[in-house]
Amino acid sequence: MSIQALIDELYLEPVYGLSQQEKDQKILPIINALTLKHEECCEAYGNILKVRNDSSRIADNIADVPFLPVRLFKTNLLSSVRESEQLKVLTSSGTTGQQVSRIVLDKDTSVYQTKTVVKIMQHFLGKDRLPMLIIDHPNVVKNRQSFSARGAGILGMSNFGRSHTYILNDDDMGIDWEKLVSFLEKYSGGPVLLFGFTFMVWKYLIQALEKTGRRINIPNGILIHSGGWKKLVEEAVDNETFKSRLKAATGINKVHNFYGMVEQVGSIFVECEHGHLHAPIFSDVIIRNPLDWSEMPANEQGLVQVVSCLPLSYPGHSLLTEDLGVLLGEDDCPCGKKGRYFSVSGRLPKSEARGCSDTFQENRP
Amino acid sequence: MNNNELLTGAFSEALVIDKSQVTNELQYNSIKEWDSVAHMSLVAALEETFDIMLDTDDIIDMSSVLKAKEILAKYDVKF
Ligand SMILES: [Zn+2]
Repeated sequence: MSIQALIDELYLEPVYGLSQQEKDQKILPIINALTLKHEECCEAYGNILKVRNDSSRIADNIADVPFLPVRLFKTNLLSSVRESEQLKVLTSSGTTGQQVSRIVLDKDTSVYQTKTVVKIMQHFLGKDRLPMLIIDHPNVVKNRQSFSARGAGILGMSNFGRSHTYILNDDDMGIDWEKLVSFLEKYSGGPVLLFGFTFMVWKYLIQALEKTGRRINIPNGILIHSGGWKKLVEEAVDNETFKSRLKAATGINKVHNFYGMVEQVGSIFVECEHGHLHAPIFSDVIIRNPLDWSEMPANEQGLVQVVSCLPLSYPGHSLLTEDLGVLLGEDDCPCGKKGRYFSVSGRLPKSEARGCSDTFQENRP
Repeated sequence: MNNNELLTGAFSEALVIDKSQVTNELQYNSIKEWDSVAHMSLVAALEETFDIMLDTDDIIDMSSVLKAKEILAKYDVKF
């Protein structure tokens, strides 16, 4: 069977319904097939595998699948498809002067990416598209030729909404009260979807409301947010604080953070009502010791490795990130979802992260 | 106007392309005018034109003009 046929079968399964063991049986053949495919189609990836001592390409379990440091996509454009088959090149966000990751998507991978986001989000939002407030300014999606990662994220989520309303002003990022009030008059009686990047929601919605002393009331609102906690951690704001201050300012009870990265399509780990990030059927997570990369047991902090069945066009199916996380359990979250669940606690300090990839670079031919 | 004309009008207006380009074979992402941004305008235009509400599955499945007709058929819009 082709890899595509195996991936197509995943969409017939419940997103969070298989036990870890059942899921491993489903996805391991796909992950192994991807290792072989990329070895054959991407020369650089093939060379990397060659210098590993381990000659086996068929892993017996997910933890034995070879992985690349996510940083590699900042320095190298790794592709397993001909240029004529490249549909688009995604880039990560980054401050000026910083190198950005570049990820090559072909048509199949791009279609799988969209389908997967929809499958996962439908689990939390249902199939109906809800009136949608976007906690950002409209200019962020203006330039269609080059979206920022933020713009791309907003567009991806826009599939789940209707009557899309950007509530910040282009010039000063202040709340556009006129727009917000008329939206709420129309829709706040029913379910409303809100989406924004974690830091934007914190600074330009929660803190902005607190400063003006004006409250809004969206009791049926569902906030989805993503983008990382780095800036909030600097202000000593944790997830609990974020949620309670959001509720006080807006009346919103339902909040789902999600963890993901541009370098691995299909890996979207959404937070359940107990605050745990869950691995869907399409992907998995392993926590590794930052010193020797051995697999860590549950409840011990280590580096997050992510595995996904979807990267067909580039060798990104198994990546070691620079994020620190903790595996919390398997198949037994009180929310009822099966499979692994975890939390992400921050980033590896810069110097150590560089150390990891230097070690890696030295092994390259 | 019949439904075919309405559909062609909605596509041409939302994607800002000539009506002659709106054929059954026209596919999402095959021309630069039909990208993910335009897709959202297209969905809004179809909903307004035919007075229906599409769900998230419909939006993802709408990969060509022909596919759009199949999806609209579910909402009793006949071609
Ligand atoms: Zn849970």
